[in-house]
Amino acid sequence: MSATTEKVPALKTSAMIASFADPGQRTTSAPFGHALARLAEQRPEIVGLSADLAKYTDMHVFREAHPERFFQMGMAEQTMLGAAAGMAEVGLVPFASTYSVFATRRAYDFLCLDIAEPNLNVNVVGALPGLTTGYGPSHQATEDLAILRGCPNLTIVDPCDSVDIEQAVPQLADHPGPTYLRLLRGKVPTVLDEYDYRFQLGKAAELRTGRDVVLISTGLMTMRALQAAQRLEADHVDVAVLHVPTVKPLDREAVLAAARTDRLVVTLENHTVVGGLAESVASTLAFAGVGTRVVPIALPDEFLAAGALPTLHDRYGLSTDAVVQRVRAELGGNPRPAVPPAVQPTVPPTA
Amino acid sequence: MTTVHAAPPRSAEDRATRVARLEEAAHRIRHHALLMGEVQGQGYIGQALGVADVLAVAYRDQLRHRPQEPEWPGRDRFLLSIGHYAIALYAALAEAGTIGVDELETYGSDGSRLPMSGMASYTPGMEISGGSLGHGLGVATGMALGLRLQGNPARVFNLLSDGELDEGSTWEAAMSCAHHGLDNVTAIVDVNALQADGPTAGVLRTEPVTDKWRAFGWHAVRVDGNDVAALVDAFDELAAHRGAPKVLICDTRVGHGVPMLASREKAHFMRVEEHEWEQARTQLDEGRAS
Repeated sequence: MSATTEKVPALKTSAMIASFADPGQRTTSAPFGHALARLAEQRPEIVGLSADLAKYTDMHVFREAHPERFFQMGMAEQTMLGAAAGMAEVGLVPFASTYSVFATRRAYDFLCLDIAEPNLNVNVVGALPGLTTGYGPSHQATEDLAILRGCPNLTIVDPCDSVDIEQAVPQLADHPGPTYLRLLRGKVPTVLDEYDYRFQLGKAAELRTGRDVVLISTGLMTMRALQAAQRLEADHVDVAVLHVPTVKPLDREAVLAAARTDRLVVTLENHTVVGGLAESVASTLAFAGVGTRVVPIALPDEFLAAGALPTLHDRYGLSTDAVVQRVRAELGGNPRPAVPPAVQPTVPPTA
Repeated sequence: MTTVHAAPPRSAEDRATRVARLEEAAHRIRHHALLMGEVQGQGYIGQALGVADVLAVAYRDQLRHRPQEPEWPGRDRFLLSIGHYAIALYAALAEAGTIGVDELETYGSDGSRLPMSGMASYTPGMEISGGSLGHGLGVATGMALGLRLQGNPARVFNLLSDGELDEGSTWEAAMSCAHHGLDNVTAIVDVNALQADGPTAGVLRTEPVTDKWRAFGWHAVRVDGNDVAALVDAFDELAAHRGAPKVLICDTRVGHGVPMLASREKAHFMRVEEHEWEQARTQLDEGRAS
């Protein structure tokens, strides 16, 4: 790129905007770390491990509260997961945290064979799931669900907010088999306390009813689904939201009940359109002989760009604006774009 | 159930008697392995014969365990990360009395508790499901950390192959054991210098093995892994050592004890003809008698 002397506006950078919380949104600090530290007060068998990312996965809260039960495993994810399995073999209940990309891509063999095959109570906690960092593909775990859904015995949880995380942690520890939690870290939005809702492992929950559209959503996209539903009210579109925090095993009954309908069925996930919630819902419907069309709002099947999160969520169709626009288009309010926003290719940067 | 050959109290047994007893145990382990090899007509019989002395000393002399109570929480854990050595471990478990000698005939058969690759859910005394190499030492790390946290004096042993040293995860775990000062971990490396694609020296050079472990902070001892007396001394020395994880590097000879197999072209997966098994057993007994 040629040098320019023109005055340019200040740029949004990924370092400046690393949160997906809306400006002014209510948040809770490090809900995972605090929930784990609290649980460990009652459960002496709870231990924590991290692979040089305690500070960045909210595990530092547990480390400070229970230093004798925290194990720093260094930047060695394979050994961390193997060691977590070894700890479970002798009766401890480990929570092992790192970034999702490292837990799933780098250390999958260890998660699969050391933890899942013996069906051990090891809880793998992956931060930066999907598109929750602007650092590019090295840190964006856009396919973690696709990798892990094929792993037998593994329970997969994609929480919406701090409420989900706080309530999920004790249930993950109680669950006898292995789990994977898509961690939201730092100042995590607090949303679900406004609803009559309790996290139940393996269960979907209808947060809103609606006659025209049903949004089947998981993870932080439930927050966007709720916002979109409110916005669509203004258009007199009545939108239901089914929150599916447990991606595997999927609450098939709830999904089938929601989709046996003449409403528009839309899935929302912070994950590639390949192998995540959309395909899980679609296969559930197809296997049950339900022919309802499913509109997937998900990340495109490509390596994503680096940048500021709000920009990227807009570009890739995860922002509330993009969700509203997509639903309107599907309802025929707007002409449907030839390429849906969620899969619009990015303009390649010039050299 | 087979006869359990209980180890006598250490003080009551002089060294020569102890070595002779363990050589007998190794001999029986080799016979057990040949029996299983014959059932399948093939297998990792060469490795089993090579590692039999190490397993005899481990299972009949070193491990604090209750062979007929394989889930005893106070047991020393023996992790077989090289799943394909299951044939050798079954032989050792039969020698120890955890499984019956008569059960060895089911090796590798449908419905057997003795699958060709070791799996924890199938076999009493099989602590982990090995096979995907480079996993055992990481699991051992966690077990050792956990046992130490719980105040359990049990130790963790991990049998690795030299080929397994190719795996980066082995060295991650080696660093971790040293960093955490896990002197309740003992790694045993079977250096038979042979891998699936040929001699280790040509596949991926791992030497100098001893220096590598020492550089990683381990107390390392290297012995002839087919010399029972040397193994006994080395294991005793390692057991007494404190403050660092320990590794016993054992140079073993594929097919040891059966000259016709030991001299055969070295192959990771050795084929033995049907008529050769009886001959192999005869050679094994001849070698013992001489």
